[in-house]
Amino acid sequence: MWAETIRLAIKAVARNALRSVLTVLGVVIGVAAVIAMVTVGQGSSDQVTQDVGKLGTNVLIVRPGQNTMGPGGSSTSARQFEQRDIDRLIAEIPQIEAASGAERTTMMAVAGNVNHQATVQGVTNAYLQATDWPVSLGRTFLSAEEDSGRPVCLLGETVRQDLFGNADPVGEKVRLKSLSCEVVGVLEAKGASSFGNDQDDTVMIPLRTFQRRISGTSTISMIYMAIEDGYSTDLAKSEIEAALRDMRRIGLGEEDDFSVMDMKQLASMLTGITSVLTGLLAAVAAVSLLVGGIGIMNIMLVSVTERTREIGIRLAIGAQARQVLQQFLVEAIVLSLMGGLLGIALGLGLAAIAANVMAIPFSPDPLVVLGAFGFSALVGVVFGYFPARRAARMDPIEALRHQ
Amino acid sequence: MPQDGSGDTPVIEFRNISRVYGTGEAEVRALDGVDLKIHHGEFVAIMGPSGSGKSTAMNVIGCLDSPTGGEYLFNGVDVAGLSQDQRALLRRHYLGFVFQGFNLLPRTPALENVELPLIYKGIPPEERRARAMEALEQVGLAQRAAHDPSELSGGQQQRVAIARALAASSEVLLADEPTGNLDSHRSVEIMELLVKLRAERNLTIVMVTHEDDMAAFADRLIWMVDGRVERDEPTRKEVPHVG
Repeated sequence: MWAETIRLAIKAVARNALRSVLTVLGVVIGVAAVIAMVTVGQGSSDQVTQDVGKLGTNVLIVRPGQNTMGPGGSSTSARQFEQRDIDRLIAEIPQIEAASGAERTTMMAVAGNVNHQATVQGVTNAYLQATDWPVSLGRTFLSAEEDSGRPVCLLGETVRQDLFGNADPVGEKVRLKSLSCEVVGVLEAKGASSFGNDQDDTVMIPLRTFQRRISGTSTISMIYMAIEDGYSTDLAKSEIEAALRDMRRIGLGEEDDFSVMDMKQLASMLTGITSVLTGLLAAVAAVSLLVGGIGIMNIMLVSVTERTREIGIRLAIGAQARQVLQQFLVEAIVLSLMGGLLGIALGLGLAAIAANVMAIPFSPDPLVVLGAFGFSALVGVVFGYFPARRAARMDPIEALRHQ
Repeated sequence: MPQDGSGDTPVIEFRNISRVYGTGEAEVRALDGVDLKIHHGEFVAIMGPSGSGKSTAMNVIGCLDSPTGGEYLFNGVDVAGLSQDQRALLRRHYLGFVFQGFNLLPRTPALENVELPLIYKGIPPEERRARAMEALEQVGLAQRAAHDPSELSGGQQQRVAIARALAASSEVLLADEPTGNLDSHRSVEIMELLVKLRAERNLTIVMVTHEDDMAAFADRLIWMVDGRVERDEPTRKEVPHVG
């Protein structure tokens, strides 16, 4: 009986092919929009995870204050770090392979008569080691340069291109406000970061140079650390936390006034932002599914009226009310499932194109596809029920008399 | 459920059946205390002026409508108080309908129209097809099985409708002005088909008609006026039988 009902429903839908397609257009668009949104969102999340993975999974970032990592930057009243904090951490936790304080600001870099706005970072060689960032030309800082705060710098690929073109800048001078520093090396191109900003748009100078000549303080607002390969970052993290609590004299039960973040956390924070956005967009798209459902109800009501006589015939030859209900309900479900399938195909197609254009991975989620399929069936049930009930409640005598 | 009709139990028995529409001043007594017995294999014609209650009588016999009073025994079992679903089952297994307007499903081939009641009987597709084909052969339309109703003449459409009732192996065929939309030649063909089928399959046929010529094919004529049976008598066999 069920197979029969489904066959019958498909026939009824196929009989009015054009009308059926127009009827389910709302569902098609709704499902396609949801699928495309979620798939593209998933793709960009995957991209972020990939990018962060490239930074190195054994890297920890320590900042003063709580949860200040992210596009918003940090602003906190918590005490900043000093170089001796870093030295003590290294001394207490042998698994720290490299640790570097990092300071950054945005400044105009000038070479000859060319100006370029760049991120100026005060770091040490340990930073380059922790972030796995070698030089492509020249050399890194000498320890004498780091210790005495000499005016030397490394150029990111973007800055180098802008100021010197393809020429070798090593030995040239770059001026940062009043600070004139000598280029000792060029960093390898690294590409865009997970936030979308160009990591190569940077000038690096020794941390001490930065503190003396630019910030004017000895504080450090960020510490980058690389943990020995094979040692658990989670373990290292808790050790660092314990050490810092002790160093900063945080009492039992008091909250940390710093945060230690690993790349996994950073990734999940970034993907969290993406998934909130994706969810919002998908919710908007889902509204059109509702509209699509109303379209199906409308046409099913028309269809029931049109086929009053057919209903009368079926009742007269022995169909029970629930069989008529079943027939029209299945028809509505077949309609909406058809819309769902078309929508899934369209949505995945759009997402594939978008992924290609945005250069992110195409990551279709089978669960979401299955969910969309199930949801469109639900739309059929919900919006098909009322018309089907109307059909089932007909009086056979009246229905047969209907012209 | 009714037993297989045998012996002297009438297939259809009305005991003081009434069917009242509305209440108070607007009350209409479409059937007003009708007593009626129809036996197996009988061919009964019901006639009467419009408003006499003959259509209501047909609807009650066909279990499309429930009487408001009296007892309706179908094969000896009272079915007056059955629910809508139970009446549907009764129609499915015992009753076949032929209407003035043919009432075939549009844009559906003759064969599928004939199969329709068998679907509700839960008969598997192959057997269904075979039985529907057999029924179409009996009404002489086997070669038209694949045609839609719109491609068939009125007489042919009515024969498809008769085949539909036959395929379900209904005991009782209820024909509501089956020749009302046909010319006289086709009408006679349909009546001869009914007479033949009645003889072959021991069908019980109840037919409502306006036309004396058609009523003459029946064995018995029930004349209704104002919701009552006024005359109930054998027909005069004036029309010569073919063959």
